[in-house]
Amino acid sequence: MNRNILLTTMLVAVVFMSSCGPASSAETASDSPAAYIENKGSDTIVNLALAWAEQYQSDHPNIRISVTGGGSGTGIAALVNGTVDIANASRKIKQEEIDQAKANGIDPVEHIIARDAIAVIVNPENPITQLTLKQISDIYSGKIVNWKEIGGEDRPIVRLSRETNSGTHVYFLETVLRLGSKEDKTLFSMDTLLLPSSEGIIAEVRQNPNAIGYDGLGYVPKDLKKIAIAKEDGGAYILPSIETVNDKTYAIARDLYMYTNGQPQGIIKEYLDWILSSEAQQIVADLGFVPVK
Amino acid sequence: MEKSLNWREFIITRLIKASGYSAILFVALIFFFLVREGVPAFAEVELKSLFNIRWYPIEEYFGILPLITGSLIVTIGATFIAVPFGIGTAVYISEIAPRWMREILKPLVELLGGLPSVVLGFLGILVLSPFIRVFLDLPTGLTALTGSILLGGIAVPTVVSVAEDALDAVPRAYREGAWALGATRWQTIWRVTLPAAKSGVLTGVMLGIGRAIGETMTVMMVTGNAPVLALKLASIISPVRTMTATIAAEMGEVANGSTHYHVLFFIGIVLFLISLGVNIAASSVVFRAKKRAERILS
Repeated sequence: MNRNILLTTMLVAVVFMSSCGPASSAETASDSPAAYIENKGSDTIVNLALAWAEQYQSDHPNIRISVTGGGSGTGIAALVNGTVDIANASRKIKQEEIDQAKANGIDPVEHIIARDAIAVIVNPENPITQLTLKQISDIYSGKIVNWKEIGGEDRPIVRLSRETNSGTHVYFLETVLRLGSKEDKTLFSMDTLLLPSSEGIIAEVRQNPNAIGYDGLGYVPKDLKKIAIAKEDGGAYILPSIETVNDKTYAIARDLYMYTNGQPQGIIKEYLDWILSSEAQQIVADLGFVPVK
Repeated sequence: MEKSLNWREFIITRLIKASGYSAILFVALIFFFLVREGVPAFAEVELKSLFNIRWYPIEEYFGILPLITGSLIVTIGATFIAVPFGIGTAVYISEIAPRWMREILKPLVELLGGLPSVVLGFLGILVLSPFIRVFLDLPTGLTALTGSILLGGIAVPTVVSVAEDALDAVPRAYREGAWALGATRWQTIWRVTLPAAKSGVLTGVMLGIGRAIGETMTVMMVTGNAPVLALKLASIISPVRTMTATIAAEMGEVANGSTHYHVLFFIGIVLFLISLGVNIAASSVVFRAKKRAERILS
């Protein structure tokens, strides 16, 4: 009986403390009142955004940042509906989304917060070290079916891709297979293996000398071979790295965005400025993305 | 006193009856929901393109034939593995194995049945698929065959436990009768025990096949998910994409109410109808067997 009472008291105390904890600390911790930032969108960015929010909150205890994923489209839709302060997106906002936002009295402003290189990888046994974008396009569309056609061994090519719902898949389709041309209707060859995870691609490339795959640079382990890529025939072959992404010589890299309603002000401006600081950009590099500076 | 007992009796029987009927209700509700979400696919996609050979939903190619053939070939492969192994194991456990062996084997088989399929899929990626690629000299080890082998492993425990129960239920007098006529052990198993337990064994096989059709996680991890039409015998050693893996992989990202969403539900209907077909086939076989047994006995 005694123990029960003790337990109940403790529980009540814990609930009480946790319920008024943030409010009281915000009143006493600093001169500015507690502030909230809602941050939502791309699943590619969500881990990065979480790491940033965690670091920023521990430096600024009076600011709360809530981060959720759900996909670039979800984030932008929330911005258009005015329910988030910052939308994360791994793609540019579309014109119809801008129109929709304008109709709701919202003015999306774009901020490039990091970059993401996509590395084309093969098994270390594969003698191929460099390819042109056109060759990669031909491999994935099924025009090239054997490694010997591009100077490799006599082996069939096994094409690995992410699932069609992945933003990376769509980016790869538009930038590599169709070489950035909107009229081009090239599709992935039907026998392309669509693997549900980055890990699946890496496991297959690691053990299969026939395979070719692609993945975010940060996901690629050191024991797999990254292909140097030339934008056009006769161009220089460039390996993916932080430097080659930032000087735009590496062909398959994309910007990652945050969108705000109008030019950011107050704490949102402070947060975005901090994101572009060297401290926050170091977190970008630590997570395998490419810093913008 | 008498009255309250009656009351309790009344409530308990109704409750039991209701939970029995609830199964019908649940299946009907699930089917109703599938139809409601899946049938709009017919309005949005032409029938001709729905039964086409190209599946690439982000460019509006909604041909589900590769997915159906993919599911079928993986399931047939799994059946060929699970049936002989499953029945063989059941016969060994119930007829041949000494008592101590039985005590070890039964819980082991049940443990196998309880393995999470994602674990098997992981083993499939890391161990089985590289082995199959090297052993059969294929371009890749992520094939229908890899899926079939793992699915066979998943279906075996189901087949074994149901079939073993059925074999166990065959009266001892049947076997003794056979032995008394001078039949060998094998003749007794093949001509007496197995036929006597036929309906139970068949139920086990059908449940195992049902398990194989519906399995998702392992298949998604090891079959390569390439939506290629699988019509030839050689398709067993090439990558395929099954209906379940397609639903699982794409459900998360489709916009609610879009064409893609409706087509995924339509695939759900097809899957539902296939498992219904398997079940009907199973019960009609069992039913016929019962009828014949009654005729012989009367």
